[in-house]
Amino acid sequence: MDLWDVGIVLIKVLVIFALLMVTVLLLVWIERKVVADMQNRIGPNRAGPWGILQTLADGLKLFFKEQITPRKVEFGLYIFAPILALVPAFLTFMVVPLGPDFTVTLGGVERTISLQGTDLNIGLLYVLAMSSIGVYAIVLAGWSSGSKYPLLGGVRATAQAISYEAAMGLALVPVVFYNGSLSLKAIVAAQAGSMADLFGWPVLAVIPRWNIIPMFVSFVIFFIAGVAETNRAPFDLVEAEQEIVGGFHTEYSGLRFALFFLAEYINMFNMSALVTTLFLGGWNGPQFAAYLPAWISQGLLPITYFLLKTVAVLFVFMWVRATLPRLRYDQLMTLGWKRLIPAALAWLVLAAVVIGFRQFGMPWS
Amino acid sequence: MGMIGEFIKGLRVTSRIGYETVFKDGQLTTEYPKEFREKPQRFHGRHVLNRYPDGTEKCIGCELCAGACPAHCIYVRGKDNPPDAPVSPGERFGFVYDINMLRCIFCGLCVEACPTEAITMTHLFEMSVTNRDDAIYTKNELLVNEDGTPNHMFDEDPLADFEELKDGDGWMRATAPGGRAAYEGVIAWTPAAGKERPAEKGQTAEQDRTDEAEGEA
Repeated sequence: MDLWDVGIVLIKVLVIFALLMVTVLLLVWIERKVVADMQNRIGPNRAGPWGILQTLADGLKLFFKEQITPRKVEFGLYIFAPILALVPAFLTFMVVPLGPDFTVTLGGVERTISLQGTDLNIGLLYVLAMSSIGVYAIVLAGWSSGSKYPLLGGVRATAQAISYEAAMGLALVPVVFYNGSLSLKAIVAAQAGSMADLFGWPVLAVIPRWNIIPMFVSFVIFFIAGVAETNRAPFDLVEAEQEIVGGFHTEYSGLRFALFFLAEYINMFNMSALVTTLFLGGWNGPQFAAYLPAWISQGLLPITYFLLKTVAVLFVFMWVRATLPRLRYDQLMTLGWKRLIPAALAWLVLAAVVIGFRQFGMPWS
Repeated sequence: MGMIGEFIKGLRVTSRIGYETVFKDGQLTTEYPKEFREKPQRFHGRHVLNRYPDGTEKCIGCELCAGACPAHCIYVRGKDNPPDAPVSPGERFGFVYDINMLRCIFCGLCVEACPTEAITMTHLFEMSVTNRDDAIYTKNELLVNEDGTPNHMFDEDPLADFEELKDGDGWMRATAPGGRAAYEGVIAWTPAAGKERPAEKGQTAEQDRTDEAEGEA
């Protein structure tokens, strides 16, 4: 390890940071536009062309606003909570692969650079852990505000996170069985090619070998749990303006509120990137390696595929938000404990048996 | 599986609305200061006091509007016409005419009470003021100009729809009993300054009206 390696890591971190910030800027605007369109409205259209700078203007406003601190807050935790919300959001994205590896010669040594913050061999566990830490931020924010509505929001976050993290984790276990790894890079690599490789029928060559096809049940459960985990409508009981004012961020204003807002949208992007990585084949896609130069087919196209798939999943997030009203609290719990977790368990057993038989043969053979 | 069916039905509704908003004219919001929504013909907007084509005022200072007003927001004082230069064709004219727009409920009873169709309502609706005194419209603001365009309290009004201002007489003449198009046997619009409005279907023509009046006399 020399200075080049350090530089490469620093550049990766900076690029991922910049990518997430720019994505959030666009994402908030796109979401407002999409939801507005779905409700016969116009949406932001004043700041910049088509209102594209609206988020920037909002962010600047929040940046210069007074940060009111209520008298009864637990000050240390109160200012720590927004940071705690933001850091795991950034960290989650570090393990998501954006494209295939490529090699360059730097400083006289040939180096393999992966388009990924780092490839953890326990990537999936790490992702689940980070999303759990994000919930702590909400709970701490709710508790340290010293006010009843944030406290209610924090309590709701606790219950909701426990319910849906269980379903989420259980839904991912069959994926790990199937792909044989917890590393996100390995999971993406396992999804390369087409269904023809799996069954040997050339007809299936048009169907990509994405996890969504064999693991459809996992996909559905993971997506629902992901929406709940990011506290998005229709599972946004943690914020629920109409019931508990603003939930955990009722007492936050200015930049601290902006940090929560940022974290929420980064989490949404993370969740879409994870759905893409785990179920939609990550950066896999037709690369036309025979017709295009390597830097396009190996670099630009995979990143484009990854971003396109992620945006498609994000669109579904927005679509669901524009469509569904918020669940009642007992409905949320019913869906989590009586539907998703049993479904995830049954699917886990079924997938384990099928994968086991495929791997080790039938017990009678 | 009823829940999933309903869910998909909901998603279809939002996607259809989104498609209509983006690709067809499904967008309901208008960008108000830039574009004005077309208002209904009988919209109850701000009042104006009309003139006859020769420039004389229609108001005869009879105070029936003030009597009819349920909000007591109209204050009228009549005065005898100066014989050498009459302000209105009748004996008297409206010397003072104030409407307190903070009290007005825009019911249009004054328009119905008016015997000469002097007071009518327009499509003007931008009446925000910065102090309470300005909310009292006096005769200066209410009386239309010689060409029939309504006066405005403020010379520079960036929010006013100047196209609409030209139609000062307003369709709300229709609420005056003399001008209701569907009202059988009732005569056409009384002539107003800046207005050429022919008799509509169901109305008797202006010529018939004068004949009728002469016949009665």
